[in-house]
Amino acid sequence: MRLAFLGGIYSNHVALDAALHDARRRGAEEVFCLGDMGAFGPHPDRAVDTLREQDVICVQGNYDDSIGRALEDCQCGYTDPQDNLFAQISYDYTLANTSSEHRDWLRQLPKSLDFERDGVRFHLCHGSPRRTNEFLWESTTSTAFLDRVMEPTGADVVLGTHTGLHWTRQTHQGRRFVNVGVLGRPANDGKTCVWYTLIDLMREANGGGVQGRDGETVSVEFVPLEYDHGRLATEMRAERLPEEFVETIETGWWTTCLEVLPSRERRRGRC
Amino acid sequence: MNASGSQAGVVTLSGLDELWFQVAGTRCNLECAHCFISCSPHNDSFGFLSLEAVRLALEESVCHGVREYYFTGGEPFLNPELVDMLCLALEYGPVTVLTNATVLKPTWLDRLQRAESEGVYSLEFRVSIDGPDAATNDPIRGEGTFDRAMRGVALLVRHGMLPIITMTRTWADADDPGVLTAFRRVLAEHGCERPRLKILPRLLIGAEATRTCGYTESDHVSARMLDGYDQTQLVCSHSRTISDRGVHVCPILLDEPGSLVGDSLSQAPLEFQLDFGACATCYQYGAICTNPSTSAYESVGEGGA
Repeated sequence: MRLAFLGGIYSNHVALDAALHDARRRGAEEVFCLGDMGAFGPHPDRAVDTLREQDVICVQGNYDDSIGRALEDCQCGYTDPQDNLFAQISYDYTLANTSSEHRDWLRQLPKSLDFERDGVRFHLCHGSPRRTNEFLWESTTSTAFLDRVMEPTGADVVLGTHTGLHWTRQTHQGRRFVNVGVLGRPANDGKTCVWYTLIDLMREANGGGVQGRDGETVSVEFVPLEYDHGRLATEMRAERLPEEFVETIETGWWTTCLEVLPSRERRRGRC
Repeated sequence: MNASGSQAGVVTLSGLDELWFQVAGTRCNLECAHCFISCSPHNDSFGFLSLEAVRLALEESVCHGVREYYFTGGEPFLNPELVDMLCLALEYGPVTVLTNATVLKPTWLDRLQRAESEGVYSLEFRVSIDGPDAATNDPIRGEGTFDRAMRGVALLVRHGMLPIITMTRTWADADDPGVLTAFRRVLAEHGCERPRLKILPRLLIGAEATRTCGYTESDHVSARMLDGYDQTQLVCSHSRTISDRGVHVCPILLDEPGSLVGDSLSQAPLEFQLDFGACATCYQYGAICTNPSTSAYESVGEGGA
């Protein structure tokens, strides 16, 4: 069985369309989205339209909570004034351009989701199992901590997004954490592709990796997704979104919200 | 009941996210005029931690699910076993060391750079510099310390580190933007093009109580003040500190006898009463001890951690 997991759409409806097409072409039977539908990109209603029309199973991100309740900011918790300035530009635009019907939908999304497929128990969240807006960076999250926050979920596999960078680790207790990445912007690696995740549940257990109670082995694949980023950039400029955001889409390098990156992740970037 | 007559707030440890090591005790090569635990070359009230003590605490920390480790002092690099400790801790989780950057040696940094690159966890350097120029910094930290610290920053950058610069605010709050801009400029001149900057509030204890003033009875955190407050902003709700005397509730209250809460992490009680003036500063500013990458706050209307 193959499942697809999307994170951080950030209004990138062009990449969302491409990801849904790609995931189904690759045989994904179900598609899940881990939240933050809006932000950064243009025309926030378009991505929400797609998610709803195509019955993608969604959990709520901190951005969705803020937009749904028309809060004052996105609850990202940035510490740098410049990051907060850009975040507020993006938030104000997204709030002003999200329909009240979509805001109602965002507001009612669950903060987490538990389900079982082929004997493998999944827990879906946005940031961490204990907090929607908690950043779980690969380099600043100990494996012992992962075990502590994953244990109460009872899941074999916990999936989140929120940081914008995909990574995975098997824990001491034999669970697996997966940050599924984001479709909204590139992974700060100088490439214009964005990332989503496929998980295969396979009967051919080879003794390694996380297994469900029926002996199914869990295999994680991070998928780099090429899409028409030029079209997105054109739409962003037409909407007068900050040129710094457009630059990220066109170059693959982050230009904003860098202060929260741990040094190890930040060293991989340009800025 | 605190000094002002109201019931003091009580905070329960929700989980041990950060473990601090008071690795150099109160010994420091500098004698900063605002130091909240009055560290100096002569202050031996707290001693060095041994590598073995750190090893035992690291092993004990695993079952508590500690997320990351912080090493502080005094000046941690005065402890001759510090580099060994940092390399060991990197096998357990992410590590941050708080330093004044005036005693760093290239051979230490070579080894630490190698240890970080061979593992999965980050090694963060937090460098204390209390102003973007010598005129602001040196009256607080000592003659010539600005230039020495900037040379330390340049050395860290040459070893591939991206230091977090922390500064204690000794200026008006409204001057923050100008100070940050000046800091970015001078750091860039020393090769630090991607600084992360963190402004810390003054803590009116230790040497700072003498330099300016101490807390008054009105500086307290009552039980009522915790109603609806995001307690994850308080260090004591998610961390503990190891010194050569035992386990303390936080790295700030080290000098307060009431901060010593047990001999080991497992034995220390989970609850702590906010009886101290410095608790009011922690309450007011929030997350004053953690790094920018871990400073997420509780979403509005979301349950506690």
